[in-house]
Amino acid sequence: MNQHSVIPSADVGQVIRPWQRDIHACFTAADITHVPFVPDAGHKGLIKLCEADPAVTTTVMTTEEEGIALATGLWLGGRRSVMLMQSSGVGNCVNLFSLLENCRAPFVTLVTMRGEFAEFNPWQIPMGKRTGAVLELMGFDVYRADEAGAVGDTVRGAIDHAFFSRRPVAVLLAQRLIGRKDWSK
Amino acid sequence: MTIERRRAVADLLAERGDLLLVAGLGSPVYDAFAAGDHDLNFYNWGAMGSAAMIALGLALAQPDRPVIAITGDGEMLMGIGAFATIAQHRPPNLSIVVLDNGQYAETGMQPTATSFGVDLAAVATACGLPDVVTLQSNNEIAALRTRIQARRGMVVAVLKIALGDQPHTIPLRDGVEIAGRFMRHAATMP
Repeated sequence: MNQHSVIPSADVGQVIRPWQRDIHACFTAADITHVPFVPDAGHKGLIKLCEADPAVTTTVMTTEEEGIALATGLWLGGRRSVMLMQSSGVGNCVNLFSLLENCRAPFVTLVTMRGEFAEFNPWQIPMGKRTGAVLELMGFDVYRADEAGAVGDTVRGAIDHAFFSRRPVAVLLAQRLIGRKDWSK
Repeated sequence: MTIERRRAVADLLAERGDLLLVAGLGSPVYDAFAAGDHDLNFYNWGAMGSAAMIALGLALAQPDRPVIAITGDGEMLMGIGAFATIAQHRPPNLSIVVLDNGQYAETGMQPTATSFGVDLAAVATACGLPDVVTLQSNNEIAALRTRIQARRGMVVAVLKIALGDQPHTIPLRDGVEIAGRFMRHAATMP
């Protein structure tokens, strides 16, 4: 028996999850008109929703660092953005966070977590274990959503917090929200 | 023949109107300030590698204004992937000007990768940016300024500047003040 086949695939086939629709509704309500991202499987459905939305511009980036700068430029120009990345991307950004702190630029990122639950790839664990701590250390206000039903309200609060109070905010989206990655295919 | 950086930056910023400037850390910040302080100068004192992407955000948010990033070869090399990302959008009001002397002036004139043959203009072209020029002479700057102000297509210009450092002319350093002044003048403060 293939060792991979013992890992249940759960709902990985589901393309757009209800909590991703909730996030997209938050973007619409909060006038988020630009969504830069480095893709993650956990953001797949939300990326599809944003790409299909004529009110939202998307940008796929070569590294998450670019998103900090892009968000700051958009803010200087009067537009709001939310950046999507996975937990490994947080580590790529560290010095760029100084731009946010120095300018007190509002910033929101939604971080899909790897390396914290039923992780098949151990290379995801070092950054996954420290994602929240790194963000805290760099001055972020860090929220976390573990339950699908709480995602929308958490993201709505994060966006308001960031733009009302000019804060860098991250929402960590638990790996359990996405389900186990099916390594058999 | 090479370009004198202070003169070139002053020429690019002459009669600037509502041009929005992002100056990359190190010498381009000093060059921009030496040309005359301006409320629409965003002096990017850190976050190395971010100048072009900040300018992209500004250009997308303010499509009716010309936006220019003036940065050095070292700063551009650190954020070289930005060429690939910016090529998705190619805002016609965006220009990226790289002051290329092949040196890290801020840290003691160590050679950058352009000294070893990296051609930033060729990289930008390979990323899909259609209008890329390499300039060697002060006489070419006026025509570049005209193109930037026209906002008729995104421009990348690599300026081959003379070797050596310039006097450090020090503008505002406080980011809150730099950003606040910029946004009040650009009328983008929420």
